[in-house]
Amino acid sequence: MGEVKATTQTTLEVGEGAGGFATTQVTALTHWAQKYSLFMYPFVTACCGMEFMSVTSPRYDLSRFGAEAPRFSPRQSDLLWVVGTISQRQAPVLKRIYEQMAPPKWVIAFGTCASCGGFYDNYTTVAGIDKIVPCDVYIPGCPPRPEAVLDGLLLLMDKIQSGSKDPAIVKPRTDPVTSQSHGLIKLRRGRDSMV
Amino acid sequence: MTQQASDYQGLGPQKVRGVVVRRPNRTAGVQAYIPELSKGLGITMKHFFKNTKEYMLGQRPDPVLESTTDGVNTISYPEQRRPYPERFRGMHRLTHRDDGSPRCVACLCCSTACPAQCIHIEPAEYPEGDERRGYERYPATFVIDELRCVFCGFCVEACPCDAIRMDTGIHAAPYDSREQFIYEKDLLMSFCGREGDQVTENARHEPGESTHPGVDRERHGH
Repeated sequence: MGEVKATTQTTLEVGEGAGGFATTQVTALTHWAQKYSLFMYPFVTACCGMEFMSVTSPRYDLSRFGAEAPRFSPRQSDLLWVVGTISQRQAPVLKRIYEQMAPPKWVIAFGTCASCGGFYDNYTTVAGIDKIVPCDVYIPGCPPRPEAVLDGLLLLMDKIQSGSKDPAIVKPRTDPVTSQSHGLIKLRRGRDSMV
Repeated sequence: MTQQASDYQGLGPQKVRGVVVRRPNRTAGVQAYIPELSKGLGITMKHFFKNTKEYMLGQRPDPVLESTTDGVNTISYPEQRRPYPERFRGMHRLTHRDDGSPRCVACLCCSTACPAQCIHIEPAEYPEGDERRGYERYPATFVIDELRCVFCGFCVEACPCDAIRMDTGIHAAPYDSREQFIYEKDLLMSFCGREGDQVTENARHEPGESTHPGVDRERHGH
């Protein structure tokens, strides 16, 4: 037992020494590459799919973040979008699809139903996909605004870059808890109001 | 050559009105496939070279550049923001009274109306001697689970005191754990409306004021 500990200690010392800088940089590069090439597997079961189409369409182009390529095989995808209500009958399918994905893999719960069951407080609906598969980002809304979806994707990208899977360490970029200045105060129609 | 289908024999008892279109003649040139293929590709290539020449010489606007100025524009979201509609139901907020306390009287109308049951209120009585004791209660805790909320706006409609509103213009933010979606009373009270207001324009009649409609057993003579 003691010997094993000593070995770990030695490895750590080597890692922090000459090779430390390079290893850190390579890890950061890997995370950077991973967060900008999220191949998605859309597991769309319900009405949130309409909003998901809206996010992938040209107006709120998901491909600006490198996350647009859908792979309809879980083995080729990195990011599982669970979009919509998951019933008890679908739960084993979802779990199987998650298990078929090759690591590194991430899961986004899109919308209220996938995140926590929403108002489906009944015996057919799974109360949140985190009862079945580990979930990285929850996007609230019924359905969420495309802006909220992009916020969620940015949060996931920040999480990937940080390399940590622990919750509540990485915060969303516009967090109403800390800053409420991003409210859309002026309401004007027209193109110049978008800037 | 066309003829009315109702005149045509062999359509069955229900004579459907329509126009019969004859199949195109399959001449030897069409059947040989290659000449027609090269003819079609020739049209494509003709347009390709013509368009390329005109773009190079600047004789017509570039459709790619034109699409960046007009038509469907991509919104670079974190930098550019599209204005939300005026009645967009966003994050909840609790409005204030003039003295900064919440307008909520903990009547539980909103949590009863909520289809997702995402509002939790614990009402409490005002202390003895307070003007409002006997008239109303206050929320000791007011918790909204923003993940469970479906943004239907029933709570706003149910509220008799204009205490809860959804006019912040902020969409609910995503987080990576469920605990962070639990919004407490202090946070909900810190949100402002679109115009930065926290006090609503609806008048509130405090107990003790002459406009207050309520009476109870102890105080009915004001």
